[in-house]
Amino acid sequence: MQMRKSVQNLKVIANFQLNDDHHLLQLHVPDQLEKIVPGQFANILVDQSQSIFLRRPFSIHTVDYQNNIISILIKEVGGGTRSLSHVPVDSFLNVIFPLGNGFSIPSSKETVLLVGGGCGVAPLLHLAQVLSSEDNDVNILLGARSSVDLVELEQYAIHGKVFTTTEDGSHGEKGFVTDHTIFGAKLDSFSKIYCCGPEPMMKAVASKAKAKSIWCEVSLENTMACGFGVCLCCVTETIQGHKCVCTDGPVFNINQMKWQI
Amino acid sequence: MADLSTIIHNIKLKNPVLTASGTFGYGVEFDDFFNVNLLGGFIVKGTTIHPRQGNPYPRMAETSSGMLNAVGLQNNGAHYFATEIYPKLTKYETNVLVNVSGSTIEEYIACAEIINELDHIAGIELNISCPNVKEGGMAFGTSCPSAAAVVSAVKKVYNKTMIVKLSPNVTDISEIAKAAEGAGADSLSLINTILGMAINAETRKPLLSTITGGLSGPAVKPIALRMVWQVAQAVKIPIIGLGGIMNATDAIEFFLAGASAIQVGTANFIDPLATVKIIDGIDNYLNRHKISSISELIGCLHL
Repeated sequence: MQMRKSVQNLKVIANFQLNDDHHLLQLHVPDQLEKIVPGQFANILVDQSQSIFLRRPFSIHTVDYQNNIISILIKEVGGGTRSLSHVPVDSFLNVIFPLGNGFSIPSSKETVLLVGGGCGVAPLLHLAQVLSSEDNDVNILLGARSSVDLVELEQYAIHGKVFTTTEDGSHGEKGFVTDHTIFGAKLDSFSKIYCCGPEPMMKAVASKAKAKSIWCEVSLENTMACGFGVCLCCVTETIQGHKCVCTDGPVFNINQMKWQI
Repeated sequence: MADLSTIIHNIKLKNPVLTASGTFGYGVEFDDFFNVNLLGGFIVKGTTIHPRQGNPYPRMAETSSGMLNAVGLQNNGAHYFATEIYPKLTKYETNVLVNVSGSTIEEYIACAEIINELDHIAGIELNISCPNVKEGGMAFGTSCPSAAAVVSAVKKVYNKTMIVKLSPNVTDISEIAKAAEGAGADSLSLINTILGMAINAETRKPLLSTITGGLSGPAVKPIALRMVWQVAQAVKIPIIGLGGIMNATDAIEFFLAGASAIQVGTANFIDPLATVKIIDGIDNYLNRHKISSISELIGCLHL
């Protein structure tokens, strides 16, 4: 059964610094975890200080049902993420989770491509894990500025074949993620594309998928106040009008989007 | 256990904690978090006669101790509410109220007429104070004649309790309060959000698609308290106080300023359990001060 959302105080059992600006937090959930869909997110209370008043949403990076642990990948981009990156082990975080809809998992074995860029890689590890556990042929393309920004490649490699791009050419193919040769003739071999990253990147991937009529889902990230569908602040334009990224998404099929692609 | 009950016109509340329109969805969004029946009541989001798409993204900006929003009354319209949402609300054993808005007096009337047919809705909150719509909304709540006109028009078609939600974006809120009371308001709720603005200095762009929006959260509480105090001196009908209430102490301050009940708004976004914590905290306060009933606090500021 899919887990219902709740507000919980979760103990920080580990905080790994992966590079200059990436931290991995492992949070222990007191009650038995129920099914969390890849792409669902957690809305974390930082410290309710004057300047960091609202919660911060993060994709659930991995789920360990055996040990009741969820992990969160945090990239420092501002005051909220900086504060969370340095949260001490054994402290508690107030977390609302799991939120949002999550990616669609195919019912039959398929050859799929996961595309992530920047901090958009966060939900893709859980997605890769679930897709590979269902015997799909999982291919993962990750893009970053430089090799130091590519974190946990060995973790992705457990669940699929990993391809990379870096803007400086220090790892994988040189250029943006959308410049990768996988988007050439090989693209036809994929029946599904899952994408998460900066919006221009997702639009570029969506455009390539659409040109080949390949099913494609993207995970959006809009600023939000609540995370559970009551503030109506995080809307995105879809063919059915404004939809909340937090409850109708964050995952949308590209056919629903009003993107000019 | 102290007596937390309070009365707003014909509505008896088992405790004085309501939720602010636009911060509590249709209540059902909170069913996973707690038993919504524990509340004195809740006010569902702004409903208009015609469906509204609301404003473009971005609609929200975090500010010091608060947030700006520019949602713009996104809703599917009163008919959709009555046929699709209302049946889900009849399960609740607490008071459910509907916030009603419009661009013209005729739209307010048409919307109120539809809500009037819904037995399980205890009352309406007439929104003459939304800062995020181009027409109507706040325009009705910023002059005495227009406030009186819309209040008296809706009073003729709505038979149950009518609360009028006031805008703080006025020179003298007591004058508007008196006009609404004179036109037949059964109760007043205040304050709606304060018109504000946020700019990104790096990009030189406004943070909201609408440039300006409504400020809420703890940043507005001192203004809200002051206005509740002023309005309490000016009218005889019960006042529902709101504006930046985050905890029970905040709520007590509003009772002391003259509010018979309070609404929790922005706090619902940060802690979905804020309302139940506030109810417990009010009870604790009354017990600690050996006060048997919340009514002994209302307007009892020591001067």
